[in-house]
Amino acid sequence: MATETTTPPTLKLEGRPPVPAATARRNGRWSGYRHLLWARILELKREPEVVFWVFIFPLLLAAGLGIAFRNKPADITSVVVIAGDGAQRTLAMLQNSAEKSSSDKSSANKNSTVRATVLDREAALKAFHFGKFDLAIESNPDGSYTYYYDPARPESVLSRAEIDAALQSAAGRKDALPTSTQSSSEPGSRYIDFLIPGLLGMNLMNSGMWGVGFALVEMRQRKLLKRFIATPMRRSDFLLALTSSRLVLMVIEVGLLLSFGVLVFHMPVQGSILSVVLLGSLGAVTFGGVGLLTACRAQKIETVSGLINLVMMPMWIFSGVFFSYQRFPAITHPFIKALPLTALNDALRATILEGATLSSQSGRLLVLAVWGGVSFILALRWFRWT
Amino acid sequence: MGPTTQTTIECANLRKTYDGKVEAVRGLSLQIEAGECFGLLGPNGAGKTTTIEILEGLLAPTSGEVRIFGHAWNDNQRQLREWIGISLQETRLSEKLTVRETIELFASFYSEPRPAADILEELQLTEKSDAWVGKLSGGQKQRLAVATALVGNPRILFLDEPTTGLDPQSRRQLWDIVRAFQKKGGTVLLTTHYMDEAERLCDRLAIVDHGQIIAEGTPSDLIDRLGGHHVVEFEVTNNASGNSNGQGTDLWRALPSVESVRNEEGTICLNVREPHLTIPALLEAVNRQGRQLEHLSTRQASLEDVFVKLTGRHLREN
Repeated sequence: MATETTTPPTLKLEGRPPVPAATARRNGRWSGYRHLLWARILELKREPEVVFWVFIFPLLLAAGLGIAFRNKPADITSVVVIAGDGAQRTLAMLQNSAEKSSSDKSSANKNSTVRATVLDREAALKAFHFGKFDLAIESNPDGSYTYYYDPARPESVLSRAEIDAALQSAAGRKDALPTSTQSSSEPGSRYIDFLIPGLLGMNLMNSGMWGVGFALVEMRQRKLLKRFIATPMRRSDFLLALTSSRLVLMVIEVGLLLSFGVLVFHMPVQGSILSVVLLGSLGAVTFGGVGLLTACRAQKIETVSGLINLVMMPMWIFSGVFFSYQRFPAITHPFIKALPLTALNDALRATILEGATLSSQSGRLLVLAVWGGVSFILALRWFRWT
Repeated sequence: MGPTTQTTIECANLRKTYDGKVEAVRGLSLQIEAGECFGLLGPNGAGKTTTIEILEGLLAPTSGEVRIFGHAWNDNQRQLREWIGISLQETRLSEKLTVRETIELFASFYSEPRPAADILEELQLTEKSDAWVGKLSGGQKQRLAVATALVGNPRILFLDEPTTGLDPQSRRQLWDIVRAFQKKGGTVLLTTHYMDEAERLCDRLAIVDHGQIIAEGTPSDLIDRLGGHHVVEFEVTNNASGNSNGQGTDLWRALPSVESVRNEEGTICLNVREPHLTIPALLEAVNRQGRQLEHLSTRQASLEDVFVKLTGRHLREN
């Protein structure tokens, strides 16, 4: 009864039922992988939220922060002079000192201006405490001055030094040592230059964790994973497609953000583009792996959202996205450097800003590879398909 | 080659215990022949889905054996998967892919799939081939789910509650699809809690309750076992002496041609071989007692009656 002429090579069946219909083609080994990858990319493309969070949001963030911290605009020192007998004299001295320095040949203080306001004692101190002024100045009846400043606020410390110098020089102090200064706000050393590689790293982490972790749990919740493993689909193909879809997105993410930095903020790229792309790929795959591990058991979207945030939170804070982790106590640095995002950010900064080669940063690459590799292995071991 | 019938799906003594406590399947054995449409009929929670998922190789039984074409799942999972098509009870396919993309995706997993265009045509989805899955109606989604099961050109089709929640027209369309597959030599195993579906679609079926098969056979066999192919249902007013329920059942059982009696909250249901013998006698008996007949109807006996007789419960009760 079986009209089959070909039997599958792996199995010998006594009397398979006839094939119901003519087949069109034979699929090759990678047909499933290619279709899974393509389907994933189509889905992402058709999801407006993804386009926004992955592509537009980082650009907005870079633009916003880049503008906010533009040129560290002229250190405007905002001080309050406490009303009293000496108040007018103090103002005059500050004025006098400012004129003198602006007529100087050296450009050191050119941008530096002092904006002084006179308020009565209570209002002045209150406004100072709320951070409206960097410094409060009170002239005492005996001709001396009292500065109110906050040693925890850098601008307050700066302001005290500056005002003191201004008042002393207005009072006739002569500099014992002739000095000159050279200003530097070249591209490459500004905040935006620090920021963009950090945003690149953060974006690779975000989209890796959400793109892989969230998508997986959603598919699990929809019973789509179960439906897939009910077919002859290779499970490794599925996980591979999910991860490599991250690589495709990575090229676009990195390209957009980097061109934005270069075109809008004239950020210099010292290292080779190839190194940046390789780093991006390693970062994307590493965080894809961490995302896979985070999502390997979770059954509900709510659970995985919490887990993803929990995993990412320390790295947002410690890994030097918006500010250098050097600000944390030195004793914590070894731990901070062991975080994958720290390694990625450091490597991106070194490559983009300093032109470092990849071979000179093998330690960072190793940190990334270990995180990615270990996550993948654990995820595969614990993975729940149903 | 062997005899004309051959076993495609076989299981013996299946047991499945969840978390060491809940016994979903309790010693279930089945043999399904090539070309058959076999149904597992039972109420929600009877263990149908657990059973079909064990047969599909998606769940491991706690004990017992499963063979598909004579092979255990552990032996050759990939090869077996090439030969079966599955529609799960609930799968929400990716909403942002089109119907065609979804079918092509599933086709790509099989070594020798059918052309997507043929499947679209056969399942009446051609018009919708470029629509996003999220925009389909319930019936279209269900047809797509079956399409993803058929695109691999399977020998066996597993359908878990294929028509639950569908409108009558969509249900009939799906039945046609199943029949067409069967006509080409395919074997079908489906679960349902609709007795009409089981009756019209299945060649043989097993009635499942509390994880066990309580009856098995062709639909007409099962109905035959009731004794009568007809059901006479009626209500009577109570006579002056009051309660009639207790002794009433015996009274109706004594009427000619009655095989069995049950009282459903005041409605008396008689399983009857020959209604034309029973009804005149029934009218006379009511009359003699000085009571009034409130409703009287006759209908063909159904699998529902079989289930009620076996379990004392209705299929749709929880």
